[in-house]
Amino acid sequence: MTDIITSVAPARSALDQDWRKVVRFGLLLALALVFISLAGMPVGLDTRVVIEPILSMGYLSLLWLPFLLGYAVSGEKVLEGVQSHAKGPRELVAGLLVGAVGGVGLSLLAVLIDNFDLRDPLVNWSPQLLDLVTFDNGVGYGTVWIPISGGIGLVGGALHVVPALVRRMFVTAVISVLAVSALEAILNDLSEGLKLEFVIDWLFFVRGGLTQSGALAVAVVSAAYVAVGRDRVRVAKESFQSLEGPTRTRANTVGVVVIGLLVAGLPLVLGRITNELLVNVGLFVLLALGLNIVVGLAGILDLGYVAFFAVGGYTAAVLTSPNSPGFSPELPWTVAVLVVVVLASITGLFIGAPVIRMRGDYLAIVTLGFGEIIRLLFLSDWLSGFTGGAQGITNIPGIDLGLVELKGTDPKSMFYLVLFFCALAVYASWRLEKSRIGRAWMAIREDESVAEAMGINTVNAKLLAFVVGAVLASFSGAIFAAKVGSIFPSSFIILVSIVILVVVIVGGMGNIVGVIAGAAVLIGILGGPRQPGLLQEFSEFKLLIYGALLVWMMLKRPEGLVPNVRRTRELHQEEFLQDAWLKGHIDTGEDHGDEGEEAPS
Amino acid sequence: MRHRAAKRSRVDLFLTFLRVALTTLIVVGVFLFIMQQIDADNVFARRLNPDARALTRAQFEGLVVSGLSQGAMYGLIALGYSMVYGVLGFINFAHGEVFMVGAMTGMITSNKLADAGLWESNFLVAMLFILIVCILCSTMTAVIMERVAYRQLRGAPRLIPLITSIGVSFFIQQCSELLLGPGAKAYPRLPDWLDETWSFLGADIERTKFLVIGVAAVSMVALWYLVERTKTGKAMRAVAEDKEIASLMGIDVDRTIVTTFAVGGAMAGVAGVLWGILFGSVTSFTGFLPGIKAFSAAVVGGIGNIGGAMAGGLSIGGAESVAPLVILEPLGIPGVSQLKDAVAFLMLIFVLLVKPTGLFGERLSAEDRA
Repeated sequence: MTDIITSVAPARSALDQDWRKVVRFGLLLALALVFISLAGMPVGLDTRVVIEPILSMGYLSLLWLPFLLGYAVSGEKVLEGVQSHAKGPRELVAGLLVGAVGGVGLSLLAVLIDNFDLRDPLVNWSPQLLDLVTFDNGVGYGTVWIPISGGIGLVGGALHVVPALVRRMFVTAVISVLAVSALEAILNDLSEGLKLEFVIDWLFFVRGGLTQSGALAVAVVSAAYVAVGRDRVRVAKESFQSLEGPTRTRANTVGVVVIGLLVAGLPLVLGRITNELLVNVGLFVLLALGLNIVVGLAGILDLGYVAFFAVGGYTAAVLTSPNSPGFSPELPWTVAVLVVVVLASITGLFIGAPVIRMRGDYLAIVTLGFGEIIRLLFLSDWLSGFTGGAQGITNIPGIDLGLVELKGTDPKSMFYLVLFFCALAVYASWRLEKSRIGRAWMAIREDESVAEAMGINTVNAKLLAFVVGAVLASFSGAIFAAKVGSIFPSSFIILVSIVILVVVIVGGMGNIVGVIAGAAVLIGILGGPRQPGLLQEFSEFKLLIYGALLVWMMLKRPEGLVPNVRRTRELHQEEFLQDAWLKGHIDTGEDHGDEGEEAPS
Repeated sequence: MRHRAAKRSRVDLFLTFLRVALTTLIVVGVFLFIMQQIDADNVFARRLNPDARALTRAQFEGLVVSGLSQGAMYGLIALGYSMVYGVLGFINFAHGEVFMVGAMTGMITSNKLADAGLWESNFLVAMLFILIVCILCSTMTAVIMERVAYRQLRGAPRLIPLITSIGVSFFIQQCSELLLGPGAKAYPRLPDWLDETWSFLGADIERTKFLVIGVAAVSMVALWYLVERTKTGKAMRAVAEDKEIASLMGIDVDRTIVTTFAVGGAMAGVAGVLWGILFGSVTSFTGFLPGIKAFSAAVVGGIGNIGGAMAGGLSIGGAESVAPLVILEPLGIPGVSQLKDAVAFLMLIFVLLVKPTGLFGERLSAEDRA
């Protein structure tokens, strides 16, 4: 947006507030802080230290909100052609007030906990919470929250006032410190692998958490990067994007190879637990790439996606394990995986065919039903002759590749297997997206009737999407079986489908890079439905966060964090049209040509 | 189901096959069941299920009555799905959680009342009080949900609000899990006089089932009165028909939508209490399965159709209670009671295959039907 027509008026006075908004945000903050406290976050996360003596994850769970709401209270949409005001004391005061009201909420909570006993329904109405909120100093000390929260709100409000560069430096510094703290386990392993222990010893405290000097150093370095390096990176990126033709292809290839080598080298320097984590992330990347084809490209909301994961897992288990009841051919995994592909395709067709003609939302619920039916069948006495019922199938052997044996006990070898399948999936998705069938999927996603009128066989195209998704998920299931070594119906609950959906949506529907990034961030840091992530303390809270994230993304940014260009246009069609109209471009329509399918900017 | 293309594709063939296969399965199952009832040593009955034993009359009555009482509960939840779908054209996936909130509130209130002694001494007054509290809480949950999550999404592509509601559902589940702690929470024991039976049309029926069906029937009549006989109800029907024209006629569309959510929430609150009476305990994940089944009930009865929702609820409840023993067991499938939930889903799929507009026809505006 180059030609924004906006004029800026002088800043308003500190008392010229939108009082209703300030009060609403303040009360919202107070409620949210009380809710977080009663949900047990501060107490549950207190053991995880962010910066050694001064800040734990528990306090952080309370502190981020005043900051965010203090910032958000003065956020207003700057409309083109409408006069806006310069930022000044008004924003500071608004942030301060919102924060302070939130603080009042917390101190009230302390008083209430001290005087009433509501422990019967509310499990976290506990003395520990009181101690934490009052810093072990008696009820009166709870009032400290008013200045603390107010001050943080003030900082949030101040972000509007300071120059853009300072704002960016501050935000980057805060995010970097948090990220370094969250990645502690990986950084630790990395430094050991690269013989750089001294850096880590200096950066991190012995029992976890950044040291104060370490945190300061991270903050300074990242802020300095913003001040000095960011522009250069942008220039480099722009010159890369302006490359065309064969040069661009060559540059892309080099980039992919470099990233591939880096990822392939990663497990060599990491330890056991972090490698295990990488394998989990890989399994979810595979699942998410499959769902991305179904949901992101073809626009079919399949909520029973876990069914294909289950079919893959169970088929591999029955065919390879010597312990499988009923039918136990003890095939090698590499042969079994061929059967898995066939069975998964058949299941995909079988589930896909009845639902393919349904309305999109009915389809979602019916596939959810299928997902649950498949789990119930694996659990039932009827099929327990093959699947072992609730006891599942144990003793699934590793994968014998002749030269090496890949086993769950050796996550490093497992990682390469997952990596291979992920690369396969990425390549397949990439080629499919650019192909005729990929374009057909996207046309169906945008408008099924129009797509059909254009001569696309929608039924076949949608079925194909189902089958491709099913096959990718079944690979993941087969690897999962070999990795874990045993398989139970409880691994295939509907929750898995939903978590994969969250990953795809947060990452960016229809965008391969986005989906991989979404899986890496969410599954890697918070963890999967059953698998712990880097922040193990969050295991209780991750599902709450996933739910909130899903709602928030849908409301604010339905195209995801790393959006697909075309998908964004579909979702924000009206805004695009309005924008074009304001700028007088509407009559040609050529400005919205769909050339721009390149990497997200 | 639009575009019945002139040429029948393989998918159509497969669908026809599925329809025929499912119907045959049901017919054969019922036939074998009848044979088994006539004489368990019957050749037909022994053919697939060698251990066939005829159900006694009392067993069968028990199945039907428990099916109907659960069905009445599903029907109450289904109303919320059906009305919201009629008005906004999307599946409020989180409606099951509104029901769970009702059941949880009922658990908390009833335990407090049991501590105070009112639960034993004057059960019906306690029940009334619990019902009011639960209705309030569920209604509030539904209204807040609409305000926070769905209002901004009017006019968004159809799947966006559905995905949002999945997130909302997840969020409410986890909130309850974190605030109230994990695990099943028990209702206090029902007073002794409810354990006895009343005989009705020659069948002995537990009084709790009477209570459940009675409460459901009363709520249903109240809702019918609200929708068909009051101005608010008229506004709701008008908004469901066509939002734009309704607003031109001077109806506050936003307010009517909130009312719809509130009424649906109230019904779910009642259903929550009924769940407590029927099963005696509740967890944070209680809302999921009944929620999905209730949605199936709404579809089976014809979505947007209020009478249909109740009828659909009764048929889903009845089917999942009766079908395992009447259809599946005579076919020789072991451990049929585990497949109860699968039956409910299969019924949904079957109805969508055979009559996608539901048993009593859907009532949707033209734009929602697309």
